[in-house]
Amino acid sequence: MKIHEFQAKQLLGAYNIPIPKGYVITSSEEIPKAVENVGGFPVVVKAQIHAGARGKGGGIKIVNNLDEAQNATSGLLGKRLVTPQTGEEGKPVNHLLFEEALQVSKELYLGITVDRVNACVSLLASVEGGMEIERIAVESPKKLFKENIDPGIGLRPFHANRICFSLGLDVSLLRKMSGIILSLYRLFIDKDCSLAEINPLVITEKGDVVALDAKINIDDNALYRHSDFQSLRDMDQENPLEVEASKYNLNYIKLKGNVGCMVNGAGLAMATMDLIKHVGASPANFLDVGGGATSQMIAEGLKILLFDVDVKVIFINIFGGILRCDTLAKGVVEAARQLDIKLPMVIRLEGTNVETGRRIFAESGLSFAVANGMGDAAKKVAEALNE
Amino acid sequence: MSIIVDQNTKVLVQGITGNEGAFHTRQMLDYGTNVVAGVTPGKGSQKFDGIPIFNTVVAAVNETGANASAIFVPPAFAADAVLEAVEAGIEIVVCLTEGIPTIDMITVRHYMKDKNAVLIGPNTPGIISPGKCKIGVMAGYIHKEGNVGIISRSGTLTYEVVDQLTKIGIGQSTCIGIGGDPIIGLKYVDLLEMFEKDNGTDAVVIIGEIGGQAEEQAAAYFKENMKKPVVAFIAGVTAPPGRRMGHAGAIVSGGVGDAATKIKTLEAAGIRVVKNPSDIGKTVSDVLF
Repeated sequence: MKIHEFQAKQLLGAYNIPIPKGYVITSSEEIPKAVENVGGFPVVVKAQIHAGARGKGGGIKIVNNLDEAQNATSGLLGKRLVTPQTGEEGKPVNHLLFEEALQVSKELYLGITVDRVNACVSLLASVEGGMEIERIAVESPKKLFKENIDPGIGLRPFHANRICFSLGLDVSLLRKMSGIILSLYRLFIDKDCSLAEINPLVITEKGDVVALDAKINIDDNALYRHSDFQSLRDMDQENPLEVEASKYNLNYIKLKGNVGCMVNGAGLAMATMDLIKHVGASPANFLDVGGGATSQMIAEGLKILLFDVDVKVIFINIFGGILRCDTLAKGVVEAARQLDIKLPMVIRLEGTNVETGRRIFAESGLSFAVANGMGDAAKKVAEALNE
Repeated sequence: MSIIVDQNTKVLVQGITGNEGAFHTRQMLDYGTNVVAGVTPGKGSQKFDGIPIFNTVVAAVNETGANASAIFVPPAFAADAVLEAVEAGIEIVVCLTEGIPTIDMITVRHYMKDKNAVLIGPNTPGIISPGKCKIGVMAGYIHKEGNVGIISRSGTLTYEVVDQLTKIGIGQSTCIGIGGDPIIGLKYVDLLEMFEKDNGTDAVVIIGEIGGQAEEQAAAYFKENMKKPVVAFIAGVTAPPGRRMGHAGAIVSGGVGDAATKIKTLEAAGIRVVKNPSDIGKTVSDVLF
């Protein structure tokens, strides 16, 4: 789960990591109060969206008086912000973070993530803060330092010290910096993060170390033990069809193509998307109904495909194991009748009770193109698109 | 021949009385798997279809000599179930559960470092040596005894591949779902090593997907250590970066784990990579004959 910068900073603050004075507004009436709360001008106005590179999209502005603050606010609040990471449709800006403008002397990078290869948590730090970690890794790999944390002992002060010395920080900053590193690790573990990143972590001219930006992602699998995080989810940042699908435990991701596909199993769903591409068409979505889909889930899945105005052909690809093909076929036929689907539908079924399933489609009186194997299905999808 | 599990494997089921556990225990029994015990805390001394139930794994192991465990326990308790099995001396732990927090799996992997046990999964359809032993949720009947090993991060996509193979008369020695999570037990490399040594396996199919670097590691291992042919398919060429594609581990993040890089790395190592998922069976046939 992604959360906003201001929410991430609240978590950092709760772990005694210094953050700039900040105030979140959702309407322009709150501007004077926000400015007062952060200690007056100049103020940094930051659009809160679930995507990075906001600066490049005009989502971060420094303002020096109320007029400028008003202009920045009306230019951002309630609009959609497009950045190199949002896609052309952008993300809605419903919150603005007003922050004190700090005098920065140095920008660092500090991040904690999961190292899948070594099955451990790993700490990353660099003196090249402010740019993306992927770019640091490519452009100045020698300035990127990594500590893989042994789960048996966790992150210890010696790890933190070693990172500080590797970064070449002034000794006077050692205690502040080590404290931040240890706190960020504790936060990462306590809150089941999949990513906790402070970029940049700045050294101010006064010699303070402050988290100027923050990005925290939470492990979805661990949300059950953090009921307080439910309130942090901002569904406005998600695609509405994806929000709808999540209500029925359907894994749905909206894409740009025109072949709506419904598949059981994530791997097969991805392979189905790839297959569609292979015949020169383009998938409109990823939709995994899961191994144990019920006929209600199938019906809801079909509805979501129909909501998507880009969809021109529907392709259902099911490998029945535990989910029997006849059960599925009944579900699809019922849903197709109820929803009065006019779009061409290509169906590929394999596995348990496949013959009965195919017969149900054939006898339904509805026009399904039932395919024999994935190759044939792809061909039928391409044909349906060209009709 | 086969790897890891065969007709001599004695299986216990953790969570045997739950919905999933009960259903799949019956399926496994139907397939001929030697299920010797179940564990459900509080239901010790009861029976499930004639199979004795125990309160703890250690009691089940002592009484029945079980050496493998199938874990059908909800995500909040599954990591604990794995630890209990390993601590009790179970050698083959198959964790079917999807949705275990990543931090918990890091602890499990750490505990297992110097233990004499292998973990399959979590978030896996399981493992099957056709005709001998099935520990998992895959439909048994689509498989056929034979000489091709399959290693996969996916469920239904594996069934698809097995089905393509069986339909053209190519059987399987052992099929393993290694799991769709970021932190898993056995990986491609461990299993490639076992298949290379197994007399009953003549070729291996890798079914990979976006996320992580396990396929890249497999490519490096193949190049240095293997004589048997390997065919690979990577799902997710069309997957957008930064999005979790169903499986917790299927995400391209920070420029790592995209399908194009995996395909290039596998091909550079000399592995046949199939681009069209409907051609996997045919390609294995080309490699074998």
